[in-house]
Amino acid sequence: MALNVGCAAAPGRARDNRTGSWRVFKPTFRHETCTKCGLCETVCPEGCVKEREDGYFDPDYDYCKGCGLCAEECPADDIEMAQEEK
Amino acid sequence: MAEHECELFECGHRACGGCGPALAARLILKGTGENTIVVASTGCMEVFSTPYPETAWGVPWIHSLFENAAAVASGVEASLKKQGRDEHVVCICGDGATFDIGMLCISGAFERGHDITYICYDNEAYMNTGIQRSGATPYDADTTTSPAGKCSTGNKRPKKDLPAILAAHGASYIATASIAYPNDVVKKIERAVNTPGPNYIQIHAPCATGWGFEGAETMAIGRLAVETGLWVNYEMVNGEVEKAKKIVNRKPVEEYLMVQKRFRHLFRPERNVEEIAKIQAIADRSAAKFGIDVVLKKPE
Amino acid sequence: MMEILEGSHAVAEAVRLCRPQVVSAYPITPQTHIVEALASMVADCRLDAEYICVESEFSALSSCLGASAAGSRVYSATTSQGLALMFEVCFNVAGMRQPIVMTIANRALGAPLNIWNDQQDSISLRDAGWMQCYAEDNQEATDLHFITYRVAEDHNVLLPAMVCFDGYTLTHTYEPVDLPTQEEIDAFLPPFKPYNTLDAKKPMSLGMYATPDYYMEFRYEIDEAMKRAKQAFAHAGREFAGQFGRDYSGLVEGYRLEDADTAFVAMGSLCGTVKDAIDEMRADGMKVGLLKIRTFRPFPSAEIRKALSGVSRVAVLDKNVSLGQKGAVALEVKDAVYGSGIDVFDYIIALGGRDVRKSDIRTIAGLAEKGIGDQYYGLRMEVL
Repeated sequence: MALNVGCAAAPGRARDNRTGSWRVFKPTFRHETCTKCGLCETVCPEGCVKEREDGYFDPDYDYCKGCGLCAEECPADDIEMAQEEK
Repeated sequence: MAEHECELFECGHRACGGCGPALAARLILKGTGENTIVVASTGCMEVFSTPYPETAWGVPWIHSLFENAAAVASGVEASLKKQGRDEHVVCICGDGATFDIGMLCISGAFERGHDITYICYDNEAYMNTGIQRSGATPYDADTTTSPAGKCSTGNKRPKKDLPAILAAHGASYIATASIAYPNDVVKKIERAVNTPGPNYIQIHAPCATGWGFEGAETMAIGRLAVETGLWVNYEMVNGEVEKAKKIVNRKPVEEYLMVQKRFRHLFRPERNVEEIAKIQAIADRSAAKFGIDVVLKKPE
Repeated sequence: MMEILEGSHAVAEAVRLCRPQVVSAYPITPQTHIVEALASMVADCRLDAEYICVESEFSALSSCLGASAAGSRVYSATTSQGLALMFEVCFNVAGMRQPIVMTIANRALGAPLNIWNDQQDSISLRDAGWMQCYAEDNQEATDLHFITYRVAEDHNVLLPAMVCFDGYTLTHTYEPVDLPTQEEIDAFLPPFKPYNTLDAKKPMSLGMYATPDYYMEFRYEIDEAMKRAKQAFAHAGREFAGQFGRDYSGLVEGYRLEDADTAFVAMGSLCGTVKDAIDEMRADGMKVGLLKIRTFRPFPSAEIRKALSGVSRVAVLDKNVSLGQKGAVALEVKDAVYGSGIDVFDYIIALGGRDVRKSDIRTIAGLAEKGIGDQYYGLRMEVL
């Protein structure tokens, strides 16, 4: 790949770095008590929680670092953190 | 902003889990929208979001040096003005770049009245280089260059009042915000970029690694700062405080201090009553200054 | 049109003709007359540019960087302490490949504080990735602005450039200068076409950081661009000569070098004095000549080697000193002629505005012939 003059780059390449491999604890979005409030999407520092067509939310495990912020903040206590077996 | 797979601040960046500044970056771009040019300083956010060629930024973004973002932004703004373009020019810089090394350029840019919004993500120390104190580090915080020890209780000086300094420069709109109140952050950013500048926004962005707490607690810590009065969310228009977030039954500062490793020395080996009282006094003064206290009495 | 102009004003007129869209500069002696003139042109609508009154040279160049990255042709001017304050930004501008043109009104660096001329300021930035050219007189200082903008903005080059001319000796001296018309310059210098630019319609990240996997390659590419700049200079110089009749296509320029035994090497206004001295010495039968270096970066090693191939010895007049070593120009000339058997003697001269007369040049020729060199010339022994 040729270098881009002046150390510049077009958007999109950060996604090459799959930060999901950092994860120790994995969030499971149970969709049981979920009220679809979307706070999990708002607070995720990765921006990897996305709304599904049915209005529930899921994290993108390719990028979720497992910080647990969504689980901590979920007002319905619908997200469960568990150590991930790899 | 359209909800699709790609946000303006993208997945794949290398911030620590639960990073306050990373959340701040997302919220900032939600507020600015895509018609924005970001000027960044050197610092944590710059490093975790732009190792060549893996940029996390979906808007035009430029980084030059640690201390010159406000000057670079001045040039970008002048250039756009000359070309008749209308992108928002937004600096996003850490507290070291803002409170300390960038002061010269910031003062110049604000005095000249450029139409820019300068946003400081304030994690209260130089985190990228390993948690050294800055002018934004709060009183008594233990950092690697203001360590607590046998004859030290940590950082010797209170946080610099930068919003007041920039208000004195004639900034049009100044706001403080906290990532613990995400919608408030987005609203203030929207207001700032749509107000002819220069404008300043200071966002409290707790740092799990630097302050010593679990990444899952980032929002909770941010809330405690506000609920104890150690961080006040307010807006200033043309130098006058327009609005400050009220706090019902303000909590004692201890609740905020004791959950962070950087203040642990105030509780071990025993409670340092005198120092905690000084920090309480800082919160009390600030609460009085901004009139944020609402006291509800429990029914008899 | 021929006009009698102060050097600074001639340069300001040249800059105006180049149509910069953003000018950002901080006042410092002896550069001030240039930026004052540009400020009045903006005030009088003779120049359609944003003029940013910055609070420091550091911000001057930083704002130029931002303005250039956002797609404008930009201009700044400074000297001495101001250039030193820009040090960090200079490396950055080159690394980010922004084709900024900046005039340097060469002046000594403190301490001791000194506002007079030598070339220590720009020479000290020789490793920054900026092209540097040195003007002998105000006509050349004027014309080099047209040429350097062309070269800097060439997409095969994309490097910033310093046009250096001696403080006071040129900046404050009135000389006849032939100023091209706007139409002529518009025909020579097309509007700025940015390469990578900040544009919300086509987002790019500029100035990212490079890990050890990439850093060296980025530095190599700057170096390669600098080499390509040699051809670009020669090409632009030839086109300029074709259009205006003044030829700057040579990165070096010989004066009476044919059959010379002793060649002086110098840069900037000193060349004028040396040429006059040479004429007198030639009249006395001395075989002396001058090689003027126009572009110090890119450094024209091959051109120097070729031009000096017939001489026995070289006397380099260095208006700078790399303290603890020699003058920078002599060191690089030695490198250029290495292995040729030519003796290269260095003379540190004219620091901090010390005057140089024709008789001094004759004295130095005598020293070089005796093999005495690598020394300061003109020290006042009585005060040491």
